[in-house]
Amino acid sequence: MRVEMFTFLLTAAICLAGSAGVVLLRNPVHNALSLVATLFGVAVLFIQQGAYFLAAIQVIVYAGAIVILFLFVIMLLGVDKAEGLDRDPILGQRPAAIAAGVAILGLSLTALLSVGSRVTGQASTLAAIDGSEPNINALAKVLFTDYVFAFEITSVLLTVAVVGAVVLSRKAGPAIDVAEFPEGTTADLLQAKYDAAAVEQEVLEEVATEDETPEGEAETTEEALR
Amino acid sequence: MLALNETWYLVLAAMIFTIGSVGLLTRKNPLVMFMCVELMLNAVNLTFVTFSKALDDIAGQAIVFFVMVVAAAEVVVGLGIIVAIMRRRQGANADDISLLRG
Repeated sequence: MRVEMFTFLLTAAICLAGSAGVVLLRNPVHNALSLVATLFGVAVLFIQQGAYFLAAIQVIVYAGAIVILFLFVIMLLGVDKAEGLDRDPILGQRPAAIAAGVAILGLSLTALLSVGSRVTGQASTLAAIDGSEPNINALAKVLFTDYVFAFEITSVLLTVAVVGAVVLSRKAGPAIDVAEFPEGTTADLLQAKYDAAAVEQEVLEEVATEDETPEGEAETTEEALR
Repeated sequence: MLALNETWYLVLAAMIFTIGSVGLLTRKNPLVMFMCVELMLNAVNLTFVTFSKALDDIAGQAIVFFVMVVAAAEVVVGLGIIVAIMRRRQGANADDISLLRG
């Protein structure tokens, strides 16, 4: 118990310091690194509560992928300069935000602490964590039975997100040259091209006969003209 | 010494959520605002896992799994939008981006 409490307090301090760093530090790179500290602390708290799979996902996906993505964008855009926090464009925005924060914290703390030390609510009877099977197995079982539809929708969501990101961040290519696409149907265009090629062929044949050159040389001229 | 129970985790999650929301309301850099949203999502995830343990229900952890997926998708699309905006207007902050047209 003593060890658990110590771990919790240490991790809570890391989490709170990290989240304060995200809000208060001026350099976006420092913000991202503070975010890593908070995410790591939350992962430790997940482990402490037996959510081993989610802790691993937290470190791999959040700290590993998402924060790296943030850092990539920061470096790509070159916005790793300090932001002036002293300018307040909307009058009273910051006091209003702090008031809203105090209200949110006050409400949630009142709700949490007034009920006493135990969480109210119905304990599960269907998907109980009985400890007989590992956390990953229990999670996989519920994920691929009860929530399988949501799981499939998730894959669609990820695909849409990837396509959307590609479309959004793609650089616009050169404008389409209208002259490249003359009017008329494809069949007409192909016919015109075919006719032009036939005329050219006739001209070449005439040239070949006029010059009375050997067959091989005529072919070479033809190829060169092409 | 006080015993460690669910309320500690929930209070910590409430604090992280509050810090995240205050940051979202005060900061102007869109990237930092996104990080604050991540903070809030993580606070909610912590609450879900805590209730999952307290109520002995694995469904809470399944929900956290989905929240993480949605958060990842949100970050990908959001950063795409930010990159698209920043290419056009260097050093834009959230207050500059007030028009819904290019």
